[in-house]
Amino acid sequence: MARAQSVVHAALEDMLHLADSALVLGQRNAEWCGHGPVLEEDIAMANISLDLIGQARLLYQHAAAIMADGSTEDSLAYFRDPQDFRNYTLLELPHHGPLAGTAAAERDYATTIVRNFLYSALMVLRWDALQQSPDAQLAAIAAKSLKEVRYHLRHARDWLVRLGDGTEESHTRTQAALDHLMPYTAEFWADADTATATLQADWEACVDDALDEATLKRPAPGGHLSRGKHGQHSEHLSYLLGEMQSLARQHPGATW
Amino acid sequence: MSTARNEWPLWEVFVRSKQGLEHKHSGSLHAVDAAQALQMARDVYTRRQEGVSIWVVPSSQITASAPDDKAELFEPMADKIYRHPTFYEIPDEVGHM
Repeated sequence: MARAQSVVHAALEDMLHLADSALVLGQRNAEWCGHGPVLEEDIAMANISLDLIGQARLLYQHAAAIMADGSTEDSLAYFRDPQDFRNYTLLELPHHGPLAGTAAAERDYATTIVRNFLYSALMVLRWDALQQSPDAQLAAIAAKSLKEVRYHLRHARDWLVRLGDGTEESHTRTQAALDHLMPYTAEFWADADTATATLQADWEACVDDALDEATLKRPAPGGHLSRGKHGQHSEHLSYLLGEMQSLARQHPGATW
Repeated sequence: MSTARNEWPLWEVFVRSKQGLEHKHSGSLHAVDAAQALQMARDVYTRRQEGVSIWVVPSSQITASAPDDKAELFEPMADKIYRHPTFYEIPDEVGHM
């Protein structure tokens, strides 16, 4: 019985990790809405955000049903604090390099693209594997999400190659974004569950192939290890959640 | 202000809907090349389930009739209603025309 409970607990933790990751990146990318570099990209990025927020909703609803303690998708998204969030640290970082102070600083599209690429490359593999989940609802969410994230990967990879193998300016900025963000992907594999750990070789191959085509140099591994999925976040998450959660917290239970 | 030289070329987008038998003009967009135009067309013109197939064509490749030619090109047809096929009954076995 205790073992069965711990299995359910691990499954729930992973579900919240997937949901929080989708929600936080969806919210972060939504900052481009109305501010995209060109109209067409503005719409593309908003579509991607909506896909991610949609995935988060399905996962929160499913998690809430399993928890059966009165939790709802809204309570999970709006009434948990930063340390309760299980998203990768990579996904909460602002759209700029390490030395700009706040999310209000000028956004860098190369950072957005590199992050979307690194994460989508992982999620294509994770959702594909999760289609085989014994949890039928999760398997169905995985099948739906896989189609969406395949497009996200295509979109990000396309831009990664265009920017990396573009002008001197775009190459420099994309390389800087890669140098900044790549260390955060170590968290994908650090004490990952066995199902996720088996995906690493395919992810590395996908990343190296794209970086090669984009004429970008993969930074040497090492440095810090982020621990967002354990609830230890950067200072950026609380600002992101503050903006996202403030309305629901000021008007609990409000409806349109 | 960007100059025309720095602007991405314009593309015309044609989308075929689920029920539609032909591609219809949906609008236009700016993109660097055909592959990107196709991708952007997906995001800009099919986000409400409008389509199952997309064509993109460089706007510069379209030769258009001049608005000033309207009188000689189109107005002579106004009084020739017998050219409309509404006077014929189409047999069922012909199907869609």
